[in-house]
Amino acid sequence: MTETTFLDANELVINMGPQHPATHGVLRVKLKLSGERVLGSECVIGYLHRGVEKIAENRTYAQFAPYTDRMDYVAGVTNGMGYCEAVEKLLGVELPPRAQWTRMTLAELQRIASHLLWLGTHALDLGAITPLFYTFREREEILSIFENYCGARLTTHAFRIGGLQYDLYDEFENDIRKFCDDFLLKIDEYEQLLTTNRIWMGRTQGVGILSAEDAIALGVTGPVLRGSGVRWDLRKAQPYEAYDKVEFDVPIGEHGDTYDRYLVRIREMRQSVRIIRQCLERLEPGPIFGKVGKVIKPPAGTEVYHSIEGPKGELGYYVVSDGTVNPYRVRIRPPSFVNLQALDKMIRGHLVADVVAIIGTIDIVLGEVDR
Amino acid sequence: MTDELKSPPPGGPAEAAGPPTAPPIPAVTPPAQKQNDAPSLKPAPKPSVKPEPWVSPLVEALQERFPGAVSDCLIFRGQPYFSVRGEELIAVAEFLTSGEGGSYVFLTDLTAVDYPKREKRFEIVYQLYSFARNDRLRMKVLAADGEKVPSVTGVWAGANWLEREVYDLFGVVFDGHPDLKRILLPDGWTGHPLRKDYDILRQDTAWVRANLKIESGQ
Amino acid sequence: MQFLFRHPLILSSIKILVVFMALSGVVAYLVYMERKVLAFMQARLGPMRVGPWGLLQPIADGLKLLLKEDIVPARADKAVFLLSPVISLVAAFSVFAAIPYGPGGWTITNPNIGILLILGLSSLGIYGIILGGWASNSHYPLIGSLRSAAQLVSYEVAAGIAVVSVLLIANSLSLVVIVNRQQQMGVWNVFLNPVAFVVYLIAGVAETNRNPFDLPEAESELTGGFHTEYSGFRFSLYFLAEYTNMVLISSLAVVLFLGGWLRPFSSLRWLWPLDYAPVVALVGAGAFVLWLGLQSRVRGERMFFAALAILCAALAGVVGIPLVLSSIQGVFWLTVKVLAVLYAFIWYRATFPRYRFDQLMTVGWRRLIPVALSSLIVTATMLIWTGYRVVPLLAANLLAGILTAWMVSVRGAGNRSRPTREAI
Repeated sequence: MTETTFLDANELVINMGPQHPATHGVLRVKLKLSGERVLGSECVIGYLHRGVEKIAENRTYAQFAPYTDRMDYVAGVTNGMGYCEAVEKLLGVELPPRAQWTRMTLAELQRIASHLLWLGTHALDLGAITPLFYTFREREEILSIFENYCGARLTTHAFRIGGLQYDLYDEFENDIRKFCDDFLLKIDEYEQLLTTNRIWMGRTQGVGILSAEDAIALGVTGPVLRGSGVRWDLRKAQPYEAYDKVEFDVPIGEHGDTYDRYLVRIREMRQSVRIIRQCLERLEPGPIFGKVGKVIKPPAGTEVYHSIEGPKGELGYYVVSDGTVNPYRVRIRPPSFVNLQALDKMIRGHLVADVVAIIGTIDIVLGEVDR
Repeated sequence: MTDELKSPPPGGPAEAAGPPTAPPIPAVTPPAQKQNDAPSLKPAPKPSVKPEPWVSPLVEALQERFPGAVSDCLIFRGQPYFSVRGEELIAVAEFLTSGEGGSYVFLTDLTAVDYPKREKRFEIVYQLYSFARNDRLRMKVLAADGEKVPSVTGVWAGANWLEREVYDLFGVVFDGHPDLKRILLPDGWTGHPLRKDYDILRQDTAWVRANLKIESGQ
Repeated sequence: MQFLFRHPLILSSIKILVVFMALSGVVAYLVYMERKVLAFMQARLGPMRVGPWGLLQPIADGLKLLLKEDIVPARADKAVFLLSPVISLVAAFSVFAAIPYGPGGWTITNPNIGILLILGLSSLGIYGIILGGWASNSHYPLIGSLRSAAQLVSYEVAAGIAVVSVLLIANSLSLVVIVNRQQQMGVWNVFLNPVAFVVYLIAGVAETNRNPFDLPEAESELTGGFHTEYSGFRFSLYFLAEYTNMVLISSLAVVLFLGGWLRPFSSLRWLWPLDYAPVVALVGAGAFVLWLGLQSRVRGERMFFAALAILCAALAGVVGIPLVLSSIQGVFWLTVKVLAVLYAFIWYRATFPRYRFDQLMTVGWRRLIPVALSSLIVTATMLIWTGYRVVPLLAANLLAGILTAWMVSVRGAGNRSRPTREAI
């Protein structure tokens, strides 16, 4: 045993990922450790880079829509919605109300599904295995609603530029009403397992604190920003679809730690149920497609940036047109990518176990980070 | 597919200067006909199909403070944007983050668009947001190939990864960036994929062959 | 022939063989039980594919592990790497020599320092873990094994102190005497000193690296902890050792605190119907299996369950013979109690998140040890002061336990205290 090993060094550099159960995909975090304490970190991403933005330049506007589902593949509906809205804005199309309410209903269901997936995996990362199965049970119901609506569960391609492809199926409203009624009780169940659990509180409170100033400086959005105490939700700040016509609250945290972000997301799920119920009340028969031609050709030299409040934060699309049927440039502003930047700030000085908690609390999807 | 886009019209005639959030336009090309000149088929009246000049106190303040640095102030669909000369970028950015400039403290996004036939082919696009005004603003910097653009990481810390991404995918070098290296592509890669003159057949085939043991495009 | 059976070595060898075989089977089905119970708590079914109701799953798992490739990392310290799982397993199994399974001849050996022997031997198992983690020459296993070492040392202290208060009551280190003493007192030790029991149970969970103390092999942090680099057969040795340790800790808890092989209320003669519990249990199991069989639509499954039900009935008949009944009485109750404790272990796993390392240490050193110490002091004091009397002992222990627990937890709890990060 004359060769030198890593044991000779005082500082330990370990690679968390790209194959690691708690990095939620193929994130690789290089950690510099002293004992179990993190001295510094570096994220290595790009393992899932597929060049979505390049693909967009070689597809027509309509052809590109399904690709957006493959970015944040646990929230395909909201991804597609953001893109469709961006192109609609570029064209100047307005949607009929039925399409808007349907979109909002499905988008909020998708938000719940995304949060459920986050909750289950986050709890699993912290060693609580049971919530995962409970959350997946409810997520399954949402996915089957999606499946009944458009035939797909994950990469739904639920919406089209200008409206909806399909009208609602017969039992749509009943299914969702039933889900909403049950789901509120189910949230109580999750909370019973975690919210006041001493170990859970110990693992999440005071861990990964991100101050509001840091969050804004780093461009963090979504529940992470709100967990830091900034009451900013695009659905309220710059309403799209018909979010200005529904009532809901924007929950925020106080301390900016992992526990607050957990609470924010839990409360957001309740608010989503509230929104969904209002949407269902307003849902009336009518046209489901705006005035969009079969060939989508936005005027040359125009560009829009449109963003929506995705489950993980601000999901923006910057679309530039050159007057042809292909977008000249589609830039996707991925919430996970920008939020992930805050990781280093949040984990410094914490223990290895907290790294897992903090990666979980940012709620990233690598398909979106790498695109 | 590398169609050149003509440079944006420098403040077109303000015809039908309707509200920014435009009424629905039927941007329709009837499916049967395949004509390039779509607008001629449209029924009147035409809402804004091109960007219009943007007039606002902020523009005046910018032009007053930075004479000659700010140009092409346009607005489309209620979204204002303008171009800044690279040299004054940092100063303008700092002004915009200040309360006087509207406190655009939040850098939503930073990206680039490639126009290979222009003299300055890259348009670096900064999407800014102001919590105080609940308002978005788009700032652009033009850069030629090889020209360095000052890094805004000092103004908005969140620009770090975004600038790395632009460097990675476009090859725009940001001056003063703390750690400018590739972020999505492997370190040993050559070429910048989001340039218009790049495609799968012209990618780094050697790297693919050496590291993935397959032929490109396979 | 007579000589052969009378010779202690031969009899012991047979007993060892029986215990070893039984234990291996128990551990295999413990895994099955864990998966089924977890599934039950998590709104799913658990193993259902291999055999009816997945009953043959343990065998399939065992075969799979045996047939898998045994990988030794290139830069591992090969000899130590190969040896360490064996150390763990041998330590875990050898302890069972000193456990009394029932009165009279139901022990392999009854050393008069039984508890010391057990604590000493079971601590040896940690060498397997530390050496295995070290020999892997890899980061995650190293961290995992260091965590394991620190954790074991911390919690052995608490567990040891908790055990000492039992020893004070029993006045002996022999496990047989400890159980007999509980019969004499007419009450199990858990009712004399519940605080020590709770401390022992928590420390026991920690010693077996079970959730919420499963940090050494925290999957989401360390991918697999000390056994990250192990595969196939050697991994199965670790796996076996861990579950054997679970059985050990449960058995010890039962022997020390829950009356060992004693029937509940064994001092109350008029509760004699309880003696027939083994028969009832077997009949019940047969009925349950029959019900399962009737539910099934698969012909093979129905046959299997019917056969199982018949087997249960036959066993119930055999057990019903008075001589057999009285002799297996002890083993039956011990098994039931051990299963109950094991069920609690599994229940914890379904319920709790995992502690962080510093929190684990805090719980060990700053909460459990003071509580255990106070219980020890109070027990000793009360034994001298009031003698072996149930009510004063219980009352004093409870009072002291609650008081100490409150005192040690006040400091850390605070009102949603948010510790700031330590400066690097």
